[in-house]
Amino acid sequence: MAKSIDVANLDIYYGSFLAVHDVTMTIKPQTVTALIGPSGCGKSTFLRSINRMHEVIPGARVEGRIELDGLNLYGPGVDPVAVRRQIGMVFQRPNPFPTMSIYDNVIAGMRLNNKKMKKAALDDLVERSLRGANLWNEVKDRLEKPGSGLSGGQQQRLCIARAIAVQPDVLLMDEPCSALDPISTLAIEDLINELKNDYTIVIVTHNMQQAARVSDFTGFFNIEGTGKPGKLVEMDDTKTIFSQPAQQATEDYVSGRFG
Amino acid sequence: MSIDTQRERSPERELDTSLDAMPVIRGQLPRWSPWVGLVAVVLIVGGVLSATGLSIGLFAVVSAVVYAVGMYTASRVVEGPRKATDRLVTIIVTAAFLVALIPLVSVVYTVVSEGLSRFDAEFFNSSMLGIVGEGGGAYHAVMGTLIITGLAAAMSIPVGLLTAIYLVEYGKGRLARAITFFVDVMTGIPSIVAGLFAFALFALFFGPGVRMGFAGAVALSVLMVPVVVRSTEEMLKIVPNELREASFALGVPKWRTILKVVLPTSVAGIATGVTLAIARVMGETAPLLVTVGLATGMNLNPFDGRMATLPVFAYYSYVSPGVPREPSLERAWTAALVLIMIVMALNLLARLISRVFAPKTR
Ligand SMILES: Nc1ncnc2c1ncn2[C@@H]1O[C@H](COP(=O)(O)OP(=O)(O)O)[C@@H](O)[C@H]1O
Ligand SMILES: [Mg+2]
Repeated sequence: MAKSIDVANLDIYYGSFLAVHDVTMTIKPQTVTALIGPSGCGKSTFLRSINRMHEVIPGARVEGRIELDGLNLYGPGVDPVAVRRQIGMVFQRPNPFPTMSIYDNVIAGMRLNNKKMKKAALDDLVERSLRGANLWNEVKDRLEKPGSGLSGGQQQRLCIARAIAVQPDVLLMDEPCSALDPISTLAIEDLINELKNDYTIVIVTHNMQQAARVSDFTGFFNIEGTGKPGKLVEMDDTKTIFSQPAQQATEDYVSGRFG
Repeated sequence: MSIDTQRERSPERELDTSLDAMPVIRGQLPRWSPWVGLVAVVLIVGGVLSATGLSIGLFAVVSAVVYAVGMYTASRVVEGPRKATDRLVTIIVTAAFLVALIPLVSVVYTVVSEGLSRFDAEFFNSSMLGIVGEGGGAYHAVMGTLIITGLAAAMSIPVGLLTAIYLVEYGKGRLARAITFFVDVMTGIPSIVAGLFAFALFALFFGPGVRMGFAGAVALSVLMVPVVVRSTEEMLKIVPNELREASFALGVPKWRTILKVVLPTSVAGIATGVTLAIARVMGETAPLLVTVGLATGMNLNPFDGRMATLPVFAYYSYVSPGVPREPSLERAWTAALVLIMIVMALNLLARLISRVFAPKTR
């Protein structure tokens, strides 16, 4: 299921503003890649361009290539809706659908796309996804309750369950723990470790320790000043980035001597 | 011991930005003081004024002023200026609320007391066919109002909803701005203009002097569409963008996201707005006067000839009562009462709808 991502010479624009310039990177299947860097350097922008969510913002566009197992996602005739079905996303703020129960939130991908499934198969899928998101034991007795009644950490795991229920090839996470307490954060980090057996995961994080704990590879983004585009400074094994990075800027950032 | 003594200030700080010291503990008026004060003021002012000749308006105004001044002074002396201002503003706001309530209560009281005398079975069973003087009813007018407003709603709700969806979810650039502008203009159209428009439009097709229920429905739609667009637009705008993105990220196409995520999330507010829009046009008189006119008997066909409606029925019963006057005036009041009750029922329905559909958290 997990697929590789190849990014080549990617420029990302908001209207005429170049937000991210010339990113080239390779992400291997079944790995966790962490993206780190100061605020505003374009991590979220880059992440959202991988599943073509970037272009839902009016005026936003992309130049360059992103290949999913060799298929250029920005090639002619590629349907962004189809791309998003293969590349799931978890957002910074948990966003379960407020009108839906926990159960319906998990199968929202099927329901909203009118995919017909037997009740038994759905029950099975809900249990599997919630177990996959380490949430099953906490909610198995109240599946018909609204998803927005859960705690922040539970809501975020519900969103992960929702994302993995449609069995994507890649899972993108944009600071999934930044709104959560340390215990929920730990639960989600454990989860990421398990999920990487099945998925290619790209996670944006502001937390160095988290990047060090969960990721196999780390990419460091930086920005030279306001109004300048963000750039990928370097990408390497997480160990290398945190012990002996090639660039001085990376060294400064990971050791907290930034700015 | 008080904490409000001079704080240490470092000499090298040239700009002193610390807040002014104020006493931490202050006196307090007893909790019952507003009520006891009110009773005392009412008794004293009432006593003085009844000695000089009582007028209820003067009494209320003088009491309010004396009470406000008295409470403010007492509070300022005991509790300090901030609490005193708080009390003064509380009194002013409460008084304004009571003043605003006067016309409402007065209207409801008048309509109910005048309308109850003919609020009987006959009123809801019979039309005015062959009635001179006593008796008769407004069954035909109730049906006419329901049919015409129903038709108007059936035409304006789809148009209004789709326009709002276009404006919020798709529209950008010149077309959307133009539509927004014209919706704003339409909001301000006087109802008689809408009536004349429909009248002129139907005269084009059916010849001058045409009257039919459908023309009235068209006139009401002209008034209703902008209200539906505006309220729906507001409701769609407050649906958080994160929900749309969550749906897109699951590979759900935009139209399905609107249909299955955005609309269900906002349906409570939309339904409330639509119901209120219906209630608002239901009481329109002028456009129906020119387009539909009035019939004495039952006419259930909105495409053929004059129909009776409650507002027009009430209007004619009042301006041309015939002899004797009394039965006709009573029918006018009862028609007004029925109209108010239908509008009230719609308002309750709107509340019920928003209660049922509102997203739940537990
Ligand atoms: N919707 C938007 N419209 C215009 N500019 C944006 C938008 N979102 C982000 N940007 C700009 O793009 C740059 C990168 O932002 P972002 O990707 O959110 O950074 P990060 O996630 O690394 O903090 C910033 O300069 C930001 O101001
Ligand atoms: Mg970000």
